[in-house]
Amino acid sequence: METLDQIFVLAKHWLVARVPEPLAWLATILLSIGPLITVFASCFAITTIVERKALGRIQNRFGPNRVGPFGLLQPLADGLKMLIKEDLVPAQADKVVHLLAPFALVVPAWLTFSVLPFGRNMTVIDLDAGLLFFFAVGASSELAVFMAGWSSRNKYALMGAMRGIAQMISYEVPLVLSTVAVVMSVGSLSLPSIVEAQSAYVFGMPTWHVFTPWGLSGFILFLIAGAAEANRAPFDLPEAESEIIAGYLTEYSGFKYALFFMGEYLGLFAITGMGITLFLGGWTAPVSFLATTPSWFWFFAKFGAIIALFIWVRGTVPRLRMDQLMKFAWKFLVPLTLVNLVVAAFWHFSGTWQFPGAIFARWLLGAGFIGGAYVTLGRALHTNQFPPRVYAYAE
Amino acid sequence: MRMLSDIPIAFLMIAAVTLVSAVCAMSLRNLVHCGLCLVLTFVGLAATYLHLSAEFVGFAQVLVYVGAVAILIVFTILLTRNAEVTLSPVSQSSLVGLGIAIAVCGSLVLPLVTSPSLRRLPAQSLAPDAQVQRIGEKLMAQYVIPLEALALVLTAAMIGAVVIAMRDDPERNDPSPSPQNQKDTGSVSNSPAGTALNSSSSTSSSQRP
Amino acid sequence: MLGTGLIQGLMETAKNFVGSYHDEARLVTVQYPEEKIPAKENSRNFPFLVYDGEDPQAGLRCVACQICEKECPPKCIYIVKSKDKKPDYTGKAQLYPATFDIDVSVCMSCQICVEVCPFDAIKMDQVFELSTSDRFATLLLKKTTLAKPNAYFHQIHPTDAAEIDGRLAEEKRKAEEKAKAAAAAKAAAAAAATTGTDPKAPPVGGAAKSPTN
Repeated sequence: METLDQIFVLAKHWLVARVPEPLAWLATILLSIGPLITVFASCFAITTIVERKALGRIQNRFGPNRVGPFGLLQPLADGLKMLIKEDLVPAQADKVVHLLAPFALVVPAWLTFSVLPFGRNMTVIDLDAGLLFFFAVGASSELAVFMAGWSSRNKYALMGAMRGIAQMISYEVPLVLSTVAVVMSVGSLSLPSIVEAQSAYVFGMPTWHVFTPWGLSGFILFLIAGAAEANRAPFDLPEAESEIIAGYLTEYSGFKYALFFMGEYLGLFAITGMGITLFLGGWTAPVSFLATTPSWFWFFAKFGAIIALFIWVRGTVPRLRMDQLMKFAWKFLVPLTLVNLVVAAFWHFSGTWQFPGAIFARWLLGAGFIGGAYVTLGRALHTNQFPPRVYAYAE
Repeated sequence: MRMLSDIPIAFLMIAAVTLVSAVCAMSLRNLVHCGLCLVLTFVGLAATYLHLSAEFVGFAQVLVYVGAVAILIVFTILLTRNAEVTLSPVSQSSLVGLGIAIAVCGSLVLPLVTSPSLRRLPAQSLAPDAQVQRIGEKLMAQYVIPLEALALVLTAAMIGAVVIAMRDDPERNDPSPSPQNQKDTGSVSNSPAGTALNSSSSTSSSQRP
Repeated sequence: MLGTGLIQGLMETAKNFVGSYHDEARLVTVQYPEEKIPAKENSRNFPFLVYDGEDPQAGLRCVACQICEKECPPKCIYIVKSKDKKPDYTGKAQLYPATFDIDVSVCMSCQICVEVCPFDAIKMDQVFELSTSDRFATLLLKKTTLAKPNAYFHQIHPTDAAEIDGRLAEEKRKAEEKAKAAAAAKAAAAAAATTGTDPKAPPVGGAAKSPTN
């Protein structure tokens, strides 16, 4: 079991030992990056086909079922199609910026994976400020969106970019604030140590952050803000095809479009991986008697579950309007994340309570506080602000 | 004094990228290109910090400057004037410019060179002293008053920005909005994007309680 | 409360998702090239030429009157009259189309050719898979391709076909009766001529039905 858990780490060490000494550093780097890119590129391919199939079933359709058995070769066909399509650049476009934009999106998206712990001892770089690195690199995707929208010389592209940047900046606030609670509780920005902090078991149950009142609400807030940060439905306004064609992707075709597409899915994967790491215990098993099973299996099992949740939400919720989007971020998510911080602090300091049933009292108080804030904010936002409609020209 | 060959090649590369992009940011014709070059300069600075083992400062530099300030700059360029316009400099004389440049550069370099911390520079590389936890502890204990003062200033700036953005335009202020306006403003309320999206009048004014 | 609608929506889509796997009736998609919905009787698309009897070319009802060619709004019909004549279903000698082409890519399936045809020779088909891999030659359908038996017409539009068959049979019967009457009149005239009565008997026999002239 121990071997199976560490099989990838051992394989890497074995391979590096076979490489002559002067090239060992290069082999170490390549053997970390290569599998990462392979695994998540295949995750991208699998997610596209699973998503299309699941969305089809949600709408009582079959989904793609023509290419290969059950349509399973569809991603291959899509990729091939993208590769052989003509790469059109508008005559008035800023050619250099137009070319650089997809790379400016994809490269940071790949970089974010370098700090995520995929299993025990399976982090590419264990940075002391890993969480900060994740958000710093993630923030630079806004610039790629701007470059794409501005360089296209297309009003829809520019509008899409403006929307995208406004949305990303707004939702970065609740996204980061919801993770601050975890940082406060663990006392570290290093992602492996955040996972280690959740790896204990109490009565066979894991001590994941999601099983605390602040962790549960923080996780939900993180997923919502993360979906918006990754331009994921229902927050895919920058690409709202019913309003602004394809947003900042309007003037992209062929392989550049594929790169953008991949960059967005990679952003979603990174957010998912981060959510798992922060709140769902990373690679730890959900029950103590399974703790000896391979850690990477649990990471990817949770990963698949969260991706499925995102697909489910995409198939359910219609797209927001721009003002609803902003209102939701600033008037609902940000206050709730701030309340969540207070609850996290309460949970942290009430950890010294010793009387019997203290855990229930802490839970009730914490959940009551955050729940009260939720209901109050929900009521305040839900008041009917519409006056009775007057038809000026009807009578 | 160290020789040029002692300086690691990584630093030379980072410095070259930073300086070239900084020069581009000053000299390119298109303002948006200048802004994007400035982003590259910020990234180069962040790389320098990382190279000096200051992880936190480096990432904070990327997060704040690339993630926020750069966006602010390009938005400002886009929203204020035509990006193609190039302004003529105040003085055409290159001699005056050179003099000013030397004066500014000298006044910046002089304190750096005479700084006592330069003499403390050890030959061996610095241990990563700037750990996040220590930064946090220092900020929350030793430097808590400057931190709070900064927070106050920033909050004041933000409130000021909101007040300026929400100022009622007397010409556009319609005391009795038409049904169409009522419908729009009802849904928009005070959201920041609402003002940008909604072309109808009295977006913010009619929302005030 | 805020969020309950979201949960309801998620439940609904989950029901659809699970239901589509065990309840085949939910999946309304028809897997087109493999399975097809049979066309409705009233569906009409693209004209064809009806023929009677066994031989597609000999049995064509079309007499190359060119009314449809003239009436066709996009001018997709091209007809060349024959030099000789051959008998139609009433037995009268008629012209027939030496060439009858319809351009698939131009035809807009307006059915005007069908409505103006006095011989019920051109009718609307139900074909819709008319795309070809050749841009030019195969898009121009010739007389041989357009000719389809009356039995096929019965198959796709049974009500119309029965009504038209009845009408044609009636006309044929009338034509035969008139021919018979003419023959009888002729015989009578011949008899009268021999007896010296009225020689101007009406020559109705040849004029049973000749709208083209």
